[in-house]
Amino acid sequence: MGEKLLMKGNEVIAEAAIRAGCRHYFGYPITPQTEIAHYFAKKMPEVGGTFIQAESEIAAINMVYGAAGAGARVMTSSSSPGISLKQEGISYASGAELPAVIVNIVRCGPGLGGILPAQCDYFQAVKGGGHGDYKMVVLAPCSVQELYELTVEAFNIADKYRILAMIMGDGILGQMMETVEFRDKEEIYEADKSSWATVGTRMERDHNVITSIYIDPEVLERHNQKLQAKYRLIEENEVRCEVYNCEDADVIVAAFGTVARIVKNVIKMAAKEGIKVGLIRPITLWPFPVKVFEKYAEVPKAFLSVELNAGQMVEDVRLSVNGKRPVYFHGRMGGMIPTQQEILDKIKEILK
Amino acid sequence: MFSRRINIFAGHFGSGKTEVAVNFALKLSKEYKNTAIVDLDIVNPYFRTVDARDDLEQNGIWVIAPVYANTNVDVPALPAEINTLFEKKEYKVVFDVGGDDLGAKAVSRYKDEIVQDDYEIYFVINTKRPMTNNADRIKEMIWEIEESAGLKITSLVNNTNLLGSTTSKDILEGHELIEQVSLELNIPIGFISGMKNALDQSIQQLGFPLLQLEKHIKLPWE
Repeated sequence: MGEKLLMKGNEVIAEAAIRAGCRHYFGYPITPQTEIAHYFAKKMPEVGGTFIQAESEIAAINMVYGAAGAGARVMTSSSSPGISLKQEGISYASGAELPAVIVNIVRCGPGLGGILPAQCDYFQAVKGGGHGDYKMVVLAPCSVQELYELTVEAFNIADKYRILAMIMGDGILGQMMETVEFRDKEEIYEADKSSWATVGTRMERDHNVITSIYIDPEVLERHNQKLQAKYRLIEENEVRCEVYNCEDADVIVAAFGTVARIVKNVIKMAAKEGIKVGLIRPITLWPFPVKVFEKYAEVPKAFLSVELNAGQMVEDVRLSVNGKRPVYFHGRMGGMIPTQQEILDKIKEILK
Repeated sequence: MFSRRINIFAGHFGSGKTEVAVNFALKLSKEYKNTAIVDLDIVNPYFRTVDARDDLEQNGIWVIAPVYANTNVDVPALPAEINTLFEKKEYKVVFDVGGDDLGAKAVSRYKDEIVQDDYEIYFVINTKRPMTNNADRIKEMIWEIEESAGLKITSLVNNTNLLGSTTSKDILEGHELIEQVSLELNIPIGFISGMKNALDQSIQQLGFPLLQLEKHIKLPWE
């Protein structure tokens, strides 16, 4: 490993993108992720890249569509209300199978909501916030170091499968400072995009066309089947998940992102009282680690999903546990964060 | 270190200004009954002085923060109470200014009052931050902040750290860079700040005042 620095989550996203070869960023400022744009604005000119503050989130996602269609590594970022505005572009880019990375540093909603941390965009990210049968790979880091590593990974996955990859963090992760150690050189998946991207024909072949419109229903169904086959392949190959302390656990907690870090302290507190608590932390929210939950489905007395929302991931936990054990939920909203004690009390209540 | 009436802390965002300002105010309050701290951060909605309000108020420090700080509204409104601090000369005052040139803009509002008073403008530096990890970048940041605030930096603070994993070697490396900036810009180094374990003998030997930090701004799992 190389240089060790103290960085804010948002800055690391931008730095990681540049290290992963991203030279095009289009975005519109919104709290709590504006430092991403700020960092790109300073750094892109130094590396010969493009930073554009677009006139809106909608413009930004369509600039991403253009750059990705031309074969470039490209990123946009926003926070919840801005990601809602991008949904049409996300659906179009998914239909056209464009690789790009989208960052959502989630704040609380619905509507304008507030600027404090939340995980209330889980459904939007993993179930399809836009229209049509599409999927995005959704990565949920829990530390600044992991934010760096997964941002690089997101670009590789996007290029490998011609898919959108989303980095989903909450306001804590975007704003907090931690040390990060950078690799001297990134492992970059080198995709040959000449068969589909508009990289120039040199008058030697037909034009590549970037589109999501298919007039003939049979052709459109075949296109959808191809997309679905790709999604199944990703479900096979790209699941990432952390399993902690789950063997012989009395209760297994499911939590992603920063909440998982609170849960790790709860595990220590519980152990002092003789209660064995495990943690399953999905790192990819889609593809969801279904098989991991299946494996541990009959180990604990119950599962508990802890989230900064009204209960979203808990539905996927229930589907994966598939009735073998009861699945409980504990959540906070509005920018409120559950305390360690509060989570421990919930675990005790379940075990009563 | 505590001789001035008005102590303003500016710097790059993430340089540790807030922790330094909060710790400075707490030390100040041990020597002076009337101490006030102003959260002048109009940039960062998270992890700010007002997070340490209980610790500060328990030590008798008057905390002045924007009305909406730490709520779900990011309106950068400055409280009118700040003006009274320029009248109440019996108070020692600490200003925690927001990051970068954007944050420093807020302090320019009080420029006229400040220059007529007894003041120090500290520039807090962490050389482990990517935008201030060499002398040129540090100088550029100082100039941007000076231009935005309409005030000159009068003192440098070495707050080089990697949070809990900081060693005295990190601080010494930072010191070397900051000394270079100090010589080139003719701005003295005011003090060195850090957690207790990092401020070892090698740092003490440098001969600068030290501000030992205690962590007051915490994350939900700390």
